[in-house]
Amino acid sequence: MSAPSDPRTMGTVVDSRRERLRRLGPWLVLGLTLAVLCVLPFEMRPYHREMTMVFFINLIMVTSYRLITTTGDWSFAHIVLMGAGAYGAALIAKHAGLPFGVVVPMAGIVAALVGAAFIVPLLRTAGFGFFIASFAFGELVRLIWVKVQFPFGGARGIINIPSPEILGLKLGSSIPYYFTCFIVALISLTILYRIDKSRMGNAWKAIHGDEMLAECVGINVAHHRSFAFITGAFFAGIAGGLLAFHMGAIDPRNFDLTQMVYLIIWVVVGGAVTFWGPIIGLIVVTIAFEWTRPLLEWRPLMFGAILILFLIFLPGGLESLLPKIGPTLCRSPVEQLARVRRWLTTFVART
Amino acid sequence: MDSATLIQTLLNSVVASSIYALVAVGLALAFGVMKMANFAHGEFFMVGAYCVYVLYGLLGLPFPLAVVLAVPIVALLGLLTERFIFRPTRRNVLAGFMATAGLAFVLQVAAGRIWGVGIAKGVPTPYAGTAEIGDANLGWQRLIIIPCAFAMLLALRYFLYRTKFGKALRACAQDPEIAALQGIRINRMTALAMALAGASAGLAGALMAPILPVTPYIGHGVVLIAFIVVIVGGMASIEGAIIAAVLLGFIHTFVTTLADNLIATMVGVVFMAVTLILRPKGIMGRERA
Repeated sequence: MSAPSDPRTMGTVVDSRRERLRRLGPWLVLGLTLAVLCVLPFEMRPYHREMTMVFFINLIMVTSYRLITTTGDWSFAHIVLMGAGAYGAALIAKHAGLPFGVVVPMAGIVAALVGAAFIVPLLRTAGFGFFIASFAFGELVRLIWVKVQFPFGGARGIINIPSPEILGLKLGSSIPYYFTCFIVALISLTILYRIDKSRMGNAWKAIHGDEMLAECVGINVAHHRSFAFITGAFFAGIAGGLLAFHMGAIDPRNFDLTQMVYLIIWVVVGGAVTFWGPIIGLIVVTIAFEWTRPLLEWRPLMFGAILILFLIFLPGGLESLLPKIGPTLCRSPVEQLARVRRWLTTFVART
Repeated sequence: MDSATLIQTLLNSVVASSIYALVAVGLALAFGVMKMANFAHGEFFMVGAYCVYVLYGLLGLPFPLAVVLAVPIVALLGLLTERFIFRPTRRNVLAGFMATAGLAFVLQVAAGRIWGVGIAKGVPTPYAGTAEIGDANLGWQRLIIIPCAFAMLLALRYFLYRTKFGKALRACAQDPEIAALQGIRINRMTALAMALAGASAGLAGALMAPILPVTPYIGHGVVLIAFIVVIVGGMASIEGAIIAAVLLGFIHTFVTTLADNLIATMVGVVFMAVTLILRPKGIMGRERA
């Protein structure tokens, strides 16, 4: 190490530092985000706190939905599975009087059972057939909620869902429930991330890539497709359980086609290839959604147009822009300045 | 069920079958050529109904003229959908479908903003009075749907099997690449398929306008039925779609008469599930749904 002036050694030192930063960077960002989310509820206005709570619930929805799409099956029933969880949670909490900590996982199991019933005929379909048939099955369940007065309460739904508590600790008010949603979302996302990176997650992506090839290398396609769907349904049910306790009353309209199209908009805007894509999409669309509050009646039109425009002009979603933006942001300030100067000189030279 | 109710229900079933067939044929045709399904198909139906509401209900044109005008308007909508949504997203299989889900939103809000969401638009009945068949009474307004739908389906059949364009369209549905090698322009064929899909859905909507309460959201139920029909019939098969439409029409009408509309839709979905388990290709399909 006697020759620090040697340009090659200099290079490796800088490189290893940059490499360490690159490896640490995501963890730093993640830690910072979590820290901010822990402090935020105390500083927020109640309205924004409620919004963030729903955002956590939607986070579980959008990530679990993406997990199903990694097998190539774009379901149209995910919101209805969330509804199954919500109805399950509401009925169990109301009639069995079980505590919150038991009800929410049970909501997930209820949704997983409904999902398991859906997937039997759905396995016979692929691509469009899957999309269309899952839409029809979702409608079937939703119509049952509308039609059956007991125990689903018909079109008016279920009201007076008891407020949640764990070990005598009341979670019903705003800040404790914020942290409940936060923690459940964090746990769910960690599990979903681990599944995505596991051997099984790779098998699911292989099915999407080439179903026949996947079958030839010994992946049981039917088994893996159903397992992906049921896992996604379980987490949708957890989200539904959280939503039911959050709102205190649910009805079939909370889980209709409009909600489903919004879920698809989140995923399409963000992109579904990476784990983070749908999350980016959810953040961006949620912010845009709040901005357009004054234009309430026009909202579906605007978001419908956004969906169309994204699918035509940016089919990979926002995540596909990241590799393009990333290197630009990582350049050193000196380099950035040089780029700006170069751009300016060419601009001046042209005019 | 007494004989009068039975005859009435049978006739109603034929009416429902005709409408389902009209709606589903377009969906199957477009799927055959493009391998893409149109989620906004129900909204095409809705636009057809609004055309009659505006032309006949508001402007006072004669009803047959309003129906005849509604067909090219919705066909044009189908053409635009193909040009601006399906063609740019052709590379990605599901993108076109999801984009038309966005289009469904756009058309619903547009209709709601222009003509109001609140109360359903009542279109006055142009052919009042009922026909007495046996002991049953059936409104003329419903009965005229049957010959209209038959005429449209026969015209479509003539077009597909007797004319050069129709043969080209079927060739394109069988194998686009080889069709292109024979000098058939794929883009023109997909546009034609979407125009025909729009025309048939528009006609169905126009004919149903005086019977249904016209709202921006009527397309939702229609597209659900159309999807069930197309899956039961075998995704790309026009004959299958018609057979399935007749089956579903009878099932739906009889269950509606015996129980109610919601239960009839549920029975339709269950019927689809059973078909998928027993025969995933559908009644006449060649490939898996």
